Amino acid sequence: MQNDPIARDYLFEWLLRRGDSALIMGHRMSEWCGHAPVLEEDIALANIALDLIGQARLWLSYAGAVEGRGRGEDDLAFLRDAWDFRNLLLAEQPNGDFGKTLMRHFLYDAHQVLLLEKLLSSRDERICEISEKTLKEVRYHAERSADLVVRLGDGTQESHQRMQAALESLWPYTSEFFETDETDRAMAEAGLAVLPETLKEDWSEMVGSVLDAATLIVPKTGFARTGGTTGRHSEHLGHLLADMQFLQRAYPGAAW
Amino acid sequence: MYAQMIKTDAAKVRDLSEMSAEERAFQERIDRGEKIEPTDWMPEGYRKTLIRQIGQHAHSEIVGQLPEGNWITRAPTLERKAILLAKVQDEAGHGLYLYCAAETLGVSRDELIELLHAGKMKYSSIFNYPTLTWADIGAVGWLVDGAAIMNQVPLQRTSYGPYSRAMIRICKEESFHQRQGFDIMMKMAGGSEAQKRMAQDALDRFWYPSLMMFGPSDKDSVHSAQSMAWKIKINTNDELRQKFVDQTVPQAEYLGLTVPDPDLKWNEDKGGYDFSEPDWNEFFEVLKGNGPCNEERLGARVKAWEDGAWVREGLMAHADKRSVAKVAAE
Repeated sequence: MQNDPIARDYLFEWLLRRGDSALIMGHRMSEWCGHAPVLEEDIALANIALDLIGQARLWLSYAGAVEGRGRGEDDLAFLRDAWDFRNLLLAEQPNGDFGKTLMRHFLYDAHQVLLLEKLLSSRDERICEISEKTLKEVRYHAERSADLVVRLGDGTQESHQRMQAALESLWPYTSEFFETDETDRAMAEAGLAVLPETLKEDWSEMVGSVLDAATLIVPKTGFARTGGTTGRHSEHLGHLLADMQFLQRAYPGAAW
Repeated sequence: MYAQMIKTDAAKVRDLSEMSAEERAFQERIDRGEKIEPTDWMPEGYRKTLIRQIGQHAHSEIVGQLPEGNWITRAPTLERKAILLAKVQDEAGHGLYLYCAAETLGVSRDELIELLHAGKMKYSSIFNYPTLTWADIGAVGWLVDGAAIMNQVPLQRTSYGPYSRAMIRICKEESFHQRQGFDIMMKMAGGSEAQKRMAQDALDRFWYPSLMMFGPSDKDSVHSAQSMAWKIKINTNDELRQKFVDQTVPQAEYLGLTVPDPDLKWNEDKGGYDFSEPDWNEFFEVLKGNGPCNEERLGARVKAWEDGAWVREGLMAHADKRSVAKVAAE
């Protein structure tokens, strides 16, 4: 696929979607460092942020190599503007309270597990390798976030209300997991990835059973917020990038 | 040195002949280099002093996450971001070991945290200074962790077993932290004009606050003498400060940076540097709460604790429900 320029563009685009979502999720998680509700959670959130940033580095380095224009992980992370980012809108949503961060993570983790499991049989060797490595981490993240969603959903009245509010606020962003466009179709046809829409049933089942155990109600809304994977972001991403990219932008060309 | 000016309740250090039989046996164990364990008999003063010292040390680790955390979201490369995040996470881990060590003395983590939030326990003065540029992250690793290691390495031999074991684990990680700080400084000092300026500015601002970390001279302090007799303090503040200066000055020279002390001079006779004392009035003002960031640091900790109350309560409530369900099923 890398020798065919059109196919290479699709692969590059698809890899950015993986890398950017991991990067932006990781960045948001890292904002908790030093501010979590309890010390063990502070350590756990930093660990997850580290895993996500590590995953972003793998995907973005590969994206840079595929693109073939000499851009590395840092060029892609620090020197693109918001419209060139391909992360899910869910990832860039502000942390809110601990419940909202946890819910965002839980919804994302469940999707990641299903996606990465499928990617193990990609015809692209590097996609397989990265998926195999990251799946180990993501399975643990998914187990942990599901467990906490149950505990806080079925905890006190206040924790239940906060988790339900988080679910309702974030639910419309989950449709984006399953949006399928020409990039996805090209990747699927080449045997490199799966069509996102094919993951929906398993995801709904996986998430539904946890929410059920957590005594939380799946929102009825069919409303979907999408656009991140094609570069139409919320206002939040620009602020996040202004923060994240500050040094690279203020001191161009410096080595750190 | 994350514990400063720890009081012991002692009016004077008594010698063995002035002690009760129990106390004498305890002191003799310490003199022989034996470790004291949580279930062993210990004088009340020893227990209380250790709670103050370990508690202050634990609080310093947790509050110490904040000045470095200030740059996690702005780290200049993904690798630097990952390293810094791992480092700050280690500090949280150190806090955890230390709170656990304090718990073996009969005080809970929540009690210690409440004392911190009420202003009744302190954390190290150094964390009330701001991190203004990326070079400050280098300076914190190089100087602040460097100063902490000076004190923590000898504390691996401290008389209280759980504290000693926590220190052994902590020291392994701290030396990595110091190296990563120095690595940032090398990059900055060897970088562009702007980066060099940041590096020098960071040294200018962190030099004296780092010297303050050891606390004022304690050569006449009864508290220090008592702590040394108990082997919960191994060296005097002045000894450690001298050692730190002697180690750090050649490193600053290697970086091509200037230590902001016109009176700094090698003294052949003592085999160490002569250097200026920090401004101790500033130090006492910082301890009183008047440092540049006291309000922000403690405020951030209190906010995290209060905002997180519903999470802790929710988790406890769920655990209670599960244990009730389990009992019902049996």
